[in-house]
Amino acid sequence: MKLAGFLLALAGWAIVLAAVVLLAAPVPRGAFAAAGMAVEILGLGLAARAHLGNRGGRA
Amino acid sequence: MIPAAEPAYSETTAALTILLVFLIPLAAAGVALIHTGLSRSRSAAHTMLASLLIAAVAALVYGACGFAWQGVTGHPGHSILIAGRAWRWIGNESFFLHSITVSEPPAAMVACFGVFSAGLCTLIPLGAGADRWRLGAALASAVFVAGIVFPLFAHWTWAGWLRDLGNLYGLGGGYVDLAGSGAIHALGGMSALALCWTLGPRRSKYTLDGMPVALPGHNTVLVLAGCLLAWTGWLGLNGAGALLFGGLSASALPLVAIDTTFAAAAAALTAAAVTRIRFRRPDASLCANGWVGGLVASSGACAYFTPFTAVFVGAIAGLLIPLSVEWLDIYLELDDPGGAISVYGVGGVWGMLATGLLADIPGIGSGQFLAQLVAVSTLLGFALPVFYAWHRLLNRVYPQRVSDEGERQGMDLHELGAGAYPEFVIHREDFSQR
Repeated sequence: MKLAGFLLALAGWAIVLAAVVLLAAPVPRGAFAAAGMAVEILGLGLAARAHLGNRGGRA
Repeated sequence: MIPAAEPAYSETTAALTILLVFLIPLAAAGVALIHTGLSRSRSAAHTMLASLLIAAVAALVYGACGFAWQGVTGHPGHSILIAGRAWRWIGNESFFLHSITVSEPPAAMVACFGVFSAGLCTLIPLGAGADRWRLGAALASAVFVAGIVFPLFAHWTWAGWLRDLGNLYGLGGGYVDLAGSGAIHALGGMSALALCWTLGPRRSKYTLDGMPVALPGHNTVLVLAGCLLAWTGWLGLNGAGALLFGGLSASALPLVAIDTTFAAAAAALTAAAVTRIRFRRPDASLCANGWVGGLVASSGACAYFTPFTAVFVGAIAGLLIPLSVEWLDIYLELDDPGGAISVYGVGGVWGMLATGLLADIPGIGSGQFLAQLVAVSTLLGFALPVFYAWHRLLNRVYPQRVSDEGERQGMDLHELGAGAYPEFVIHREDFSQR
């Protein structure tokens, strides 16, 4: 799940870059970039959730 | 468009810039004091020594190879062609600072700025790893950050493709980050987050049902003194960044100083108000975190905010940081004793976004916010996974976390053989009748 989370974050970054490179009109470019950011945040959420199971520090 | 970063340097500007650059180590000293004060007393000497050695390693490694990869605006670098456009992705200076000569002031000052900034960036994760991060692992991480990740991101920010987003794709003036809100602070915050995930929480930080236990820092006076020292350092950092990377003249410096101070002041007061409302009393460590968070947020566009905007930027930082500290601690179970993820990660990202939303950058068109968003997505989608992969890899080769016994004993005794406050040790004979 951690790996999937970080891969999603990487994929989100790629979407943002692709939006900047491939789209010229401001609205679709902005929308795709926002979608890329959403994918990144989803990935980080997944990674964070995977780390909640780390119980090394519990008393 | 953003003015070229290599103006014709007058002797006055050069002297001012170098003076401001020389103040940057005070920011690192402040951060080191804050981390030490927020750690436990049995790890105080370890934290302070680690800060010193991390800064030392960062300076040497950055000088050996980091500057070569960071490069200087206007100097030739390596680029790749993407859809017919050149993306400058890494610098091409000589290793060991061979290309630096006194006859070329901007490059020499960029190198000097980089040496100190690399130290500051590498210090940040120490706050998150306090009380359990082994010294050897911290130094190995300093090599990685100062030698590879920081120079790469600094190149992208100040001389590479992020800066060129304006020219290449019409996104405002390209990514603007005058003094490293993203390139120094948020990058350090990402490293702190990856480290926290790798190390796990301190022993006894969470109860079996997942409730966090308060483990307060041992010396609030150190923390608050560190804030005052950091203020001076940040005046140098922001001023030098505005002159070096914004191409601004010395006449911009008073506004830079005012904006920096106003942002920190508003952030500290907002943090005090937030903690007063939530806990009935202002919390000193969270106010300190708010103060530094305001400084961090001001770094993005310290010369382009009006004083009123700087107050607003600081106030939002002061609101976000205490809430973020609490949220990470309770809901994500991230044990970050120094608040590094919130102060530098959240504060830095807010500074990057505020630059796109609120900065009044002369002569640029629309699309500035998208340029800032691309930089934020690069931090989250590239830098964070790279840091996490690095910390996991290092952890396999050289376990980064101290043993349970070492943690119980304290990092000072376990790794250094002596405590920071030997007079605190209670000897049995002190209580025996003589």
